[in-house]
Amino acid sequence: MSKKSQKFEGDPNTTGHEWDGIEEFDNPMPRWWLWTFYATIIWGVLYTVAYPAWPLINGATAGVLGWSTRADVAAEITAVEEANAPVNAKLEAAELNAIAEDPELGSYAVSAGSAVFKTWCAQCHGSGAAGAKGYPNLLDDDWLWGGSVEDIHATITHGIRNEDSDEARYSEMPAFGRDELLEKEEISQVVNYVMSLSAEPQDASKVEAGSVVFADNCASCHMEDGTGDRAQGAPNLADAIWLYGGDYETLTETVSNSRYGVMPAWNTRLTEAEIRAVSSYVHQLGGGE
Amino acid sequence: MAKGRKMSNYIKLIALGLVTLFAMIGTNYARDLAYQVHAIIVMIVAGGLFLYTLRRTDEPKVAAAGLENEYFDSVIRAGTIATAFWGVVGFLAGTFIAFQLAFPALNFEWADGLANFGRLRPLHTSAVIFAFGGNALIATSFYVVQRTSAARLWGGNLAWFVFWGYQLFIVLAATGYLLGGTQSKEYAEPEWYVDLWLTIVWVAYLAVFLGTIIKRKEPHIYVANWFYLSFIVTVAMLHLINNMTIPVSIWGSKSVIVWPGVQDAMIQWWYGHNAVGFFLTAGFLGMMYYFIPKQAERPVFSYKLSIIHFWALIFLYIWAGPHHLHYTALPDWASTLGMVMSVILWMPSWGGMINGLMTLSGAWDKLRTDPVIRMMVISLGFYGMSTFEGPMMSIRAVNSLSHYTDWTIGHVHSGALGWNGMITFGALYYLVPALWKRESLYSLRLVSWHFWLATIGIILYAASMWVTGIMEGLMWREVDANGFLVNSFADTVAAKFPMYVVRGLGGVMFLAGAVIMCYNLWMTVRKAPAKEASLTVPVPAE
Repeated sequence: MSKKSQKFEGDPNTTGHEWDGIEEFDNPMPRWWLWTFYATIIWGVLYTVAYPAWPLINGATAGVLGWSTRADVAAEITAVEEANAPVNAKLEAAELNAIAEDPELGSYAVSAGSAVFKTWCAQCHGSGAAGAKGYPNLLDDDWLWGGSVEDIHATITHGIRNEDSDEARYSEMPAFGRDELLEKEEISQVVNYVMSLSAEPQDASKVEAGSVVFADNCASCHMEDGTGDRAQGAPNLADAIWLYGGDYETLTETVSNSRYGVMPAWNTRLTEAEIRAVSSYVHQLGGGE
Repeated sequence: MAKGRKMSNYIKLIALGLVTLFAMIGTNYARDLAYQVHAIIVMIVAGGLFLYTLRRTDEPKVAAAGLENEYFDSVIRAGTIATAFWGVVGFLAGTFIAFQLAFPALNFEWADGLANFGRLRPLHTSAVIFAFGGNALIATSFYVVQRTSAARLWGGNLAWFVFWGYQLFIVLAATGYLLGGTQSKEYAEPEWYVDLWLTIVWVAYLAVFLGTIIKRKEPHIYVANWFYLSFIVTVAMLHLINNMTIPVSIWGSKSVIVWPGVQDAMIQWWYGHNAVGFFLTAGFLGMMYYFIPKQAERPVFSYKLSIIHFWALIFLYIWAGPHHLHYTALPDWASTLGMVMSVILWMPSWGGMINGLMTLSGAWDKLRTDPVIRMMVISLGFYGMSTFEGPMMSIRAVNSLSHYTDWTIGHVHSGALGWNGMITFGALYYLVPALWKRESLYSLRLVSWHFWLATIGIILYAASMWVTGIMEGLMWREVDANGFLVNSFADTVAAKFPMYVVRGLGGVMFLAGAVIMCYNLWMTVRKAPAKEASLTVPVPAE
C-alpha cells in the first residue's frame, strides 16, 4: 500500500477521493482569483461590443466605436502625407541644385531621403551606403556615371542598364576572353598593365606589352591614361578603388567575361519628391559634386 | 492461444513484407531526396521487424500469466531515457542556432543546405516540443494513468508500438527538415506521409490511454487524467485539420494544402497556438497535478478550483489563435475575439499555478531540503509568468510593438525552458528512482547544480530577449519629426548582437544543467542502493 499524503492538524476537509495516495482538499476557489476572472469576462463582453468582434452570416459586428485596423492605418498615413504635402510640392518644384541651399528644404530632403534609402537602397548599397562587391560605394567621390545631383537623380530615376527604360544609361564592355577578342597571353599582359596604373603588377615583365594591348582595345572607353569616361560609365582604372576587385584573378575574370551591373528604375515605385529626396541624401554623403 | 499468436504473426509478416516492398519501390521512384531517405529508413525498419518476427514465429511463447497484476513500466523506463536523450539533442541544437544568429559564420559553407540556420531551426523546435516534450508526456501519462486508475495499461504491447512509432516519427521529421522536406507550417513541418504515420501512432496512444481509464478500479477519474485526455484528443483534432493536404505524387514529399489563403493562416495558428495550449500547457498540467502532490506528500489544494480552471482553460484556449495574426489580412473581428479570449484565459491559466503552489502550503519547509520540489515550484513560477505575459502580448496595442520581435522568442522560452523544462526535470527526478526501484537519487547536490544552472540560464535568455525585443520593436517604429523612418532593418540586426551572445550563454548553462541531470540519473540507475519492497502491483487506493 502506498504512503498516504501527510496531513496536519487544522487541515481542511478532503473530498474523500484518493488516487495512489493523492487526496484533494475541499477548499473554495480563492476569492481574488474568482473576482479577477469575472472582471476579465465583463471586460471581454464590453470590448466585443465596442470593437468589431462577433461573426454574423454576412460580415461581422462592426463595434459601436466604428474602429478598424485599416481605417486606423489609412488615417495615420493621410495625416503624415497631408502634413508633408506643402514641402513635397516645394521639393518637386525646386531646382535640383537649389535644394541643398535652402536650409529647411535641404534638411527635409535629407531626412526623407535617408528613410527612402534605408527602405529601398540599403539591400544592395548597404545601410551605411558603403556598397559591396559589384554595388558601388556611395560615400566616396569615385563616380561611374557622375556625382552631381542631376546625375544621381537621373541614375535613380531610370536605373542603369535597365532594359525596361529607354532613358536608362547603358554601356557594355566586351567579353575579351569569352568572345575570343584577345589571346590568354594578351589578357594577362593587359591585366598586368592595368594593375601597374595604381599598384604593383603581378608580373612586371608583361606591363610593357600590356600597354600596347590597352591602347588598342581599352583606351577608347577607359581613356589613354586609364582614368575612365563617365559618359560611358567606364570606370577610372588609375585609382585604387575597385567595384569588383583589383587583384590579378578578379581583373582577369572582368576582362575575360566582362561585367554587367544592373540597377532598376525607381520612377515606377517612388514619387518624384522621394527620388529628389534620396538624390539629395546620396549627394551629401561625402562624394557629391 | 499459441495458434492465435501464430496466426497474428503471419498477418504481421505479410504487412511488414508489403511495407518493405513498397518502401523499396518508393526508394526507386522517389522524386526528392527527403522522400528517398525516408523510404530507405522505412525499408530498413520494416525489413528488420520482418526478420525479427520471422525468427520468433515458431518460438514457444514465454508465459505472460500474472502480468495483468503488474504495472506496465518497461515502456515508461524507455520513455524516460528517450525524454532525457531528445532533451539534450534539442537543447544542443537550440544553443548552436543561437550562436549562428550571433555569429553568422557558423552557417558553414560546407554544410549549406543541411546545417544552416533555416534547416536547423525547425529541428530545434520540433526536438524540444515533440521529441523531448512529447516523450515526457507519453511516458508520464502512462505512469500516471496506471497509478491513478490502479490498472495496467490497456492493449498489451500497443504501448510499445506507441513508443517506437513515436520515435520513428521523430526520426522521419528530423531527417526531413535537414534534407529540405518541410511543408513550411510552423510546428507542423513534417510532410504528408509523416503526418499520416503520426495519426496512426496517436490513435494507438489514445486507445491505450482511454482503455486504461475505462478499466480503472478507482471510482473517479483523477484530475491529471482529465488534462492528459484533453491534450491527446485535441492534438489529434488539430493535427488532422491543419494537415489536410493533397500529395503532388505518391512518390514525393510535396503536398498542397486544401485551405486557401488567410483561412490557411488562421487554421495554422489555431493549430499553432493550441500546440502551446494543449501540448505544452494542458498535457504538462496533467504532469504537474500528479508529481507535485506526490513529491510534496500533500493533498491537492482545491478540487473546485481544478474543475473550474480545467473547463475554462480548455474552452478558452481553442479561441486564442488569431492573436498570432494581428494587423494582417485576418479580418478585425477574428483578431478581436482572439485577443479577448486570450485575456480572459489569464485566470484559468493561473488556476493551475495556484493549485500547484498552494498544494505546498504546509510543506514549504521542503523547499529548503528538497531540490526536486524547488524545481517544480520554479516551473510553476515560470508558468505563471508566461501565462501573464501571453495575454498581455495578445493585446493589439502591445502586440503592435512585440510582434515579429525577439520578445516573442523570449516569451516562448520562459514557458518552454522554465515551465515545460523544469516540470519535466522534476518528473524525471521523481520517476527514475521509482522505475528502477532505487532508494533515492544518486546525488541531490547535482540536482541543486542543475537547478541553479537552468534557472540562471533561463533568466539570461528571457532578460536578453526582452531587452533586444523591445529595443528592436522601438527601432522599427522610430520616426523623425517629419514622420520618416530612422532605422533600416540591418541597423536593428546589428544592434542586437550583444544580446544574442548573452542568449547563447544562457543556452549553454541550460544545456550544461541537462547534461548534469543525465549523469545523475545514469548514476542513480547504476549506483544508488536498491529499494527493498516496492509497489508494482496495482491496488485501488481505497
